[in-house]
Amino acid sequence: MDTEFWVIQVFNGISYGALLFLLAGGLSLIFGVMRIVNLSHGSYFMLGGYVALTVIWTTDLWVLSIPLAALTIAMVGLIMERVFLRPLGFDPLRQVLMTVGFAFLFQQGALDIWGGDSLDITPPEVLTESVVIADVYFPLYRVFMIAVAVAIGVTIWLTMEKTRMGAMVRAAVDDSEMARGVGVDTSRVSMFIFALGAFLAALGGVIGGAFLGVYPGLDFEILPIAFAVVIIGGMGSLGGAAVGSLIVGLADNFGKALFPEISYFTLYAPMVLILALKPTGLFGRE
Amino acid sequence: MSEKTKIIIVAAVLVALLAVTPFANSFVILLITQALIFAILAMSLDILLGFTGLPSLGQAAYLGVGAYLTAILATNYQFGLDGSFWVVIVLGMMLGAVTAAFFGLFAIRATGVYFLMITLALGQCVWGLAYRWNSLTGGDNGINMPGRPEFGIDLADDLTFFYVVFGFFVATLVVLHLLVKSPFGRSLVGIRESELRMRILGYNTWLHKYIAFIIAGGFGGLAGVLWAFLNGLVSPEDVILTTSVDALLMVVLGGPGTLVGATIGAGVVVFLREYLSTLVTWWQYVLGGVYVLTILYLPGGLMGIPERIRQRRTLSAAAERAKAVSASQ
Amino acid sequence: MLRKLITGRRRLFPLSAVALGISLASGPAVAAEELRIGFVAPMTGIFAQIGKDMSNGFQMYVDEVGGNFAGAKVTFILEDGQGKPPVNVRKAEKLVRQDKVHMFIGGLLASTGYALAPVSTRLKTVYISSIAAADDLTQREASKYPLVVRTGWTSSQPNHPFGAWACEQGYKKVVTVAADYAFGYETVGGFQKTFEDCGGKVIQKIWPPLGTKDFGPFIPTIKDSADAIFTLMVGPMSLQFPKQLAAAGIKKPVMGGGTSYDEFVLPSMGDEVVGHVSALQYSAALDTPKNKAFVKKYREKYGKVPSYYSESNYTTAQMIHEVMKKTGGKWPGAKKFVQLISEVQLDSVRGPVRLDDMRNPVHNIYIRKVEKKKMHGYDQEELWNTVIKTYPNVSQFWTYKKADFLKQPVYSRTFPPCKHCE
Repeated sequence: MDTEFWVIQVFNGISYGALLFLLAGGLSLIFGVMRIVNLSHGSYFMLGGYVALTVIWTTDLWVLSIPLAALTIAMVGLIMERVFLRPLGFDPLRQVLMTVGFAFLFQQGALDIWGGDSLDITPPEVLTESVVIADVYFPLYRVFMIAVAVAIGVTIWLTMEKTRMGAMVRAAVDDSEMARGVGVDTSRVSMFIFALGAFLAALGGVIGGAFLGVYPGLDFEILPIAFAVVIIGGMGSLGGAAVGSLIVGLADNFGKALFPEISYFTLYAPMVLILALKPTGLFGRE
Repeated sequence: MSEKTKIIIVAAVLVALLAVTPFANSFVILLITQALIFAILAMSLDILLGFTGLPSLGQAAYLGVGAYLTAILATNYQFGLDGSFWVVIVLGMMLGAVTAAFFGLFAIRATGVYFLMITLALGQCVWGLAYRWNSLTGGDNGINMPGRPEFGIDLADDLTFFYVVFGFFVATLVVLHLLVKSPFGRSLVGIRESELRMRILGYNTWLHKYIAFIIAGGFGGLAGVLWAFLNGLVSPEDVILTTSVDALLMVVLGGPGTLVGATIGAGVVVFLREYLSTLVTWWQYVLGGVYVLTILYLPGGLMGIPERIRQRRTLSAAAERAKAVSASQ
Repeated sequence: MLRKLITGRRRLFPLSAVALGISLASGPAVAAEELRIGFVAPMTGIFAQIGKDMSNGFQMYVDEVGGNFAGAKVTFILEDGQGKPPVNVRKAEKLVRQDKVHMFIGGLLASTGYALAPVSTRLKTVYISSIAAADDLTQREASKYPLVVRTGWTSSQPNHPFGAWACEQGYKKVVTVAADYAFGYETVGGFQKTFEDCGGKVIQKIWPPLGTKDFGPFIPTIKDSADAIFTLMVGPMSLQFPKQLAAAGIKKPVMGGGTSYDEFVLPSMGDEVVGHVSALQYSAALDTPKNKAFVKKYREKYGKVPSYYSESNYTTAQMIHEVMKKTGGKWPGAKKFVQLISEVQLDSVRGPVRLDDMRNPVHNIYIRKVEKKKMHGYDQEELWNTVIKTYPNVSQFWTYKKADFLKQPVYSRTFPPCKHCE
């Protein structure tokens, strides 16, 4: 175990965490604003990958597939929120079950539309290469994943801090009743956040598609990991999601590299530990 | 309907089930047995969700520990395959309760949606162990049961096993019914309605919830023991998130806070998963659709339907009256 | 609801047949006998396409003979095992108890094979494992499952000759990277056993959990001193490992278990797998007239190149047909059927096949190299598993004496021990 090993493992952990951030960031925001435990979040991730594949098959443009897939799934999320979730009002349990129902529907739908093959998104040639620094290979695609996550993270953070919409979102997260009282249209904020969450998950799905593949069952495979991130980082906090993603990415990576036998434990044990000490996660608030 | 009439109806339905089942084909007998086992699990969850207001997303964990305990005892120690079956039942319930007692320390502090998340996390921990702790659980191969117990009566016979499970089901129903009617049960309902008020009244609400959580775990463990013997295979697939979510659906679909509703819900979900899937390849659409439609249109679950009809009748009767009144004026 | 469940049974069954697209045999109008065959394969979930490949292969043969096995009308009942062992058990129970099938076929993962075999013993019904390759079903535990027949393979079977082949290439030190479950252990075990017999050394074994797609944690640990890498991947894992290996700058020769480069994943793979070598009892690029015809017909019918999942089930149907020919279309009873199918000798799509006395096939093992080329007269350049060497008539015991072989424990994470691990 020399320095090279540690450097590359830390890099791998961070790049995996970057992907998780795209996936879980939206889940956390949705939770923060709407207190919805969205079990169809993994479906957005998977559907994002599938829609991107369709775009690539028809246009041959990988670059185009990213925004198109993310926007399509954002629309799906928006419709789900408006038509099905909003009418339920605030009722966590029934919202959870509603999102589960949709997860099943999406799963069967994806199977019927895209078939059951294991598919793969091929990024442009450039991104499949590696940079070599001091004999250590850094796959460019992993660098790209980190770059996207950072760019998205910074953009959202700036939006939250600097824009009116951002201020409304923050108000809704802090205390949605109070926010409504001072004239924030929380219904519109919810709609915006839910669509954004779906957008980010689908974005993660497209980018992750070249890294994890796209296949039936991906949705329920990725979902618990997204929850691990959100639970550790604290629900409803973007910063928490970022830190949570890094912790899970690194814990998962080092767990598998160093103690492969108990690797799932290295993922869930910190989760339980943190819950025991602070039930709302590292950065969450009651 | 009075309490007495309700009990008579339930008893009549159960007797009918007992009378009809022997005439079903042996696969349907298996399915009915499976539905009864999941009804036990769903009723245990109803204690939490319906009566205490704690929506647990990890009830499969207790089914899992009960089932794995049974399988490990049976394969490694040949224990539980004769009269010791009854000991395994007790051990399974105890392990379920102990696990719940441990998990409860983490979970009970949280409320509402945080409770959902924490129970989800704890359930995943059990799954992770089942999946990766190869030497104990056989990893993803799971554990094949050597057979069902025989002690004078041979449980390998599916009908006999059905009767035994039926007995456990009725016992669970009665015990849990008595529990929710007891002062303790009433205070649980009080906590569901307003925890703050109960606390002001001097109740230790944490302890009440904790005890309810443990009881639910115990009956979850019971379901697990029976499940291991029924299916003959214990696998990490039994402990996945979907099992926990299904259990929640059973309760919500049937009608939370009724116990009987959980049973009906269990029957419907088992039918959809196990029987409909043998008829059509697109059964997942139906399952997903049932989730969505139940939530949208059946807020009180199936058990709430008579109430809704009655309400509508009263409403329309009132409207009729109003019309009659306005006409006569 | 209960009443519906019971009375609705008969009415619903034909509906199920139609809904599943089962051809209820278009054989002769007056078929005296009926052969009821149950089939469990994943139709939903992560392995849905493999399940389709499996049932398509079987269905294609049944269709070819007009649903008529020597006078017996074939009723084919397909159930969705969802790729989950407990669900497979319940579907098999349904097939036997309700549909009264004469046999059930299928199961994908080794874990499913281990789950289905006891059902066969319990319900006294023939189980044909056409894909699930768990070694012990036809080795140390064969006596527990007298009604289990395998028409597929044992996991270690193709990898015994493969180990010997690796020695011939001059590889001295090999690192193995394989999915962490029974199928992985048995695949690696078979390879390691014969590779070390001829002087090779396995210097490191890496076990990523089943379903791993991010190999980031594992690839950097691969020892530099290795001459080659031996890998075993399943399903979606197969796509990611070679790609990430290339991106990490590792240029060592790669050998793989058959499923890592099966025709099921090959069309989705990139050029980075060109030159990788694997071993299996079938390749779609097998250059025989029989196989060429099979590939053409299958591709025309189902729109894709057949994988071994299809071939194995096609051949299974053919073997059952052979038995029925001997009995004149009469169901001989479970025990007798097992005995008769053990006597079948077939010149099948994959080459000559017969069963050994533990009811596992003896067949050719092909060493296959991934090449990008035109094949079977198709005018597009595609990835094919070109056969570069054939080991004829390989049994599950390779060249070892059966008794000696069975004395050693089943291949596992710790057996053979990694004596040369650095």
